[in-house]
Amino acid sequence: MKKNILFSLKSPYREQLDIIGFKFGHGKKSLAIVGAMRGNEVQQMYVCSRMVQELKKLESKDRIAEDTEILIVPCVNYYSMNIGKRFWAMDNTDINRMFPGYNLGETTQRIADGLFSMLQGYEYGIQLASFYQPGIFLPHVKIMDTGFTSPNIMKDFGLEFGIIRKPRPYDTTTLNYNWQVWETKAFSVYANATDEIDVKAADEAVNAILRFMNNRGIVSTKTPPGYITEILDESKTKQIQSDSAGIFFRNTEIGKKVERGNILGRIYDPLDGELIAEIRSPVSGTVYFVYNSPLINSKTVCFKIIK
Amino acid sequence: MKGVVPMVETVASIPLAVNENLNIQKRRLKHGKSKTRLSLVTGTHGDELEGQYLAYMIGSYINDNIEQLNGIVDIYPALNPMGIDSITRGLPMFDLDMNRVFPGTKDGTMVEVICSSIIDDLIGSDVCVDVHSSNIFLKEMPQIRMSIPTAPTLLPYAKMMNVDFVWIHESATVLESTLAHTLNSRGTKTLVVEMGVGMRITKEYCKQLYDGVFNLMKELGMWSGETADVREPIISEGREVGFVNSDAAGIFVPCANFGDNVKLGDHIGDVVDPLTSKVVEKVLAVCDGMIFTMREYPVVYGGSLLARILKMSQNGGDTQ
Repeated sequence: MKKNILFSLKSPYREQLDIIGFKFGHGKKSLAIVGAMRGNEVQQMYVCSRMVQELKKLESKDRIAEDTEILIVPCVNYYSMNIGKRFWAMDNTDINRMFPGYNLGETTQRIADGLFSMLQGYEYGIQLASFYQPGIFLPHVKIMDTGFTSPNIMKDFGLEFGIIRKPRPYDTTTLNYNWQVWETKAFSVYANATDEIDVKAADEAVNAILRFMNNRGIVSTKTPPGYITEILDESKTKQIQSDSAGIFFRNTEIGKKVERGNILGRIYDPLDGELIAEIRSPVSGTVYFVYNSPLINSKTVCFKIIK
Repeated sequence: MKGVVPMVETVASIPLAVNENLNIQKRRLKHGKSKTRLSLVTGTHGDELEGQYLAYMIGSYINDNIEQLNGIVDIYPALNPMGIDSITRGLPMFDLDMNRVFPGTKDGTMVEVICSSIIDDLIGSDVCVDVHSSNIFLKEMPQIRMSIPTAPTLLPYAKMMNVDFVWIHESATVLESTLAHTLNSRGTKTLVVEMGVGMRITKEYCKQLYDGVFNLMKELGMWSGETADVREPIISEGREVGFVNSDAAGIFVPCANFGDNVKLGDHIGDVVDPLTSKVVEKVLAVCDGMIFTMREYPVVYGGSLLARILKMSQNGGDTQ
């Protein structure tokens, strides 16, 4: 294992930002894994740190394939992590909306450029992703449908679901999208939590990534058996919006099978405690996203169901 | 009493968790038989306030001179009222920039639902003016921005607006989710104004745009009152924009002024280190031209934008 500084940036008042990468193996660039790009992505950093541990063990047992290099970048934006912010501390921009970056551009464009130059040329790329709303996902893998990455490769992770997302204009500046433009087969792995550590979900994500690496011939390792992944289009999943606002309680958990008409959650008046609304599932299927904040506004996506 | 009773309409209303609704409101000023409609939209970013005063000025003057209006003026002062109220650029508790969520959707997240309602309401305006004021870091000369594909349609209207500068830029995929792109692509001509600086009101710029808006209304046949002469803007077409970014971290202290014409290599400021009392970067102009963007917020990292310079035209002058 080699621990390298991939990119550095001077700050006017803090110690220099050094983005650390851990390299395993030698030779052809095979897989890059990126963790926290936002300051609250603690789970994403944790999963990467666990991968560093796993790869150290595999390397010591000579289980990394020949002519194979693996790069792990556990945390890009620790400046924000250390001061409790999600986005870049100075201007609140999101590094994951700055790819492919620009070396003469704004600060976060330069960070994205410096990082991306080190992430290019790998055959596969995995980003530990988080969602832009408070909530938890069933661990799953996702690709952005640019036509470059074959959806079937998602099956090698052995997660229950592999989801294909049609990119929207605002997705075109993400790492995942640009990785594919530069011919890296890119995947986003959702490991349930974001700003807290969920060890069970992290175990599942680590096993999924190891399974993928084993199935792709990058390492030789044993993992617990995975699922036969169901590949589906994100637009085919059912989003359920709240029609009321108040205190939110959910009656279901991620991974639960629900029937059409089941009560998924309830909303109570925050001042007098009256029940305002019951949120019922309009379809039968598996719950793969739940909103997890105690307060809810109207028109908030609070559940996603895979039919 | 002079004037009219304000006709305030709610464009979108979303219940919030505790005892409050998020309301997007507009004021409609209507007089005469014409159906020509001008929409003035602002407050998408909660830290941009120049448009607030402009909205007040225009509404106030029409109010007092309603008989000179022949058509409809809709004023939307705050597309992001919670952002303005909490000094938050985006929508509080939502990651994405609101101006990257248009056209929105009725069955999406709260912000997407709001954006969808705003678009539905604005569609059909003859012209929409979307007023921004940079951010807290940069100060902008009053200008209108448009993409190359929209320029043939929009430029004649931009010239009516009394701005100093029209920046015609390359189109970028990510900008397809802006309010202006959505409206322009659906046939509602939308001009994006950038002026001033975040969290402040620059009265002279508001007055300049105010004159421009009334001139536009006159040209659209909606306004019979007196209007001021408008300036001919510099057009960026065929001219490049030079970006001056900091390479060092420290405190930026400019020594050139906003609007100055500079030469390549001219000293326009310094980045200094307050701890060591050293100049860590002497900032130089990257081309000949006019400074139309200048950094206001002094603390900089490597990469922070310090200035934008519009390069001189081929014949060396600021031809229009």
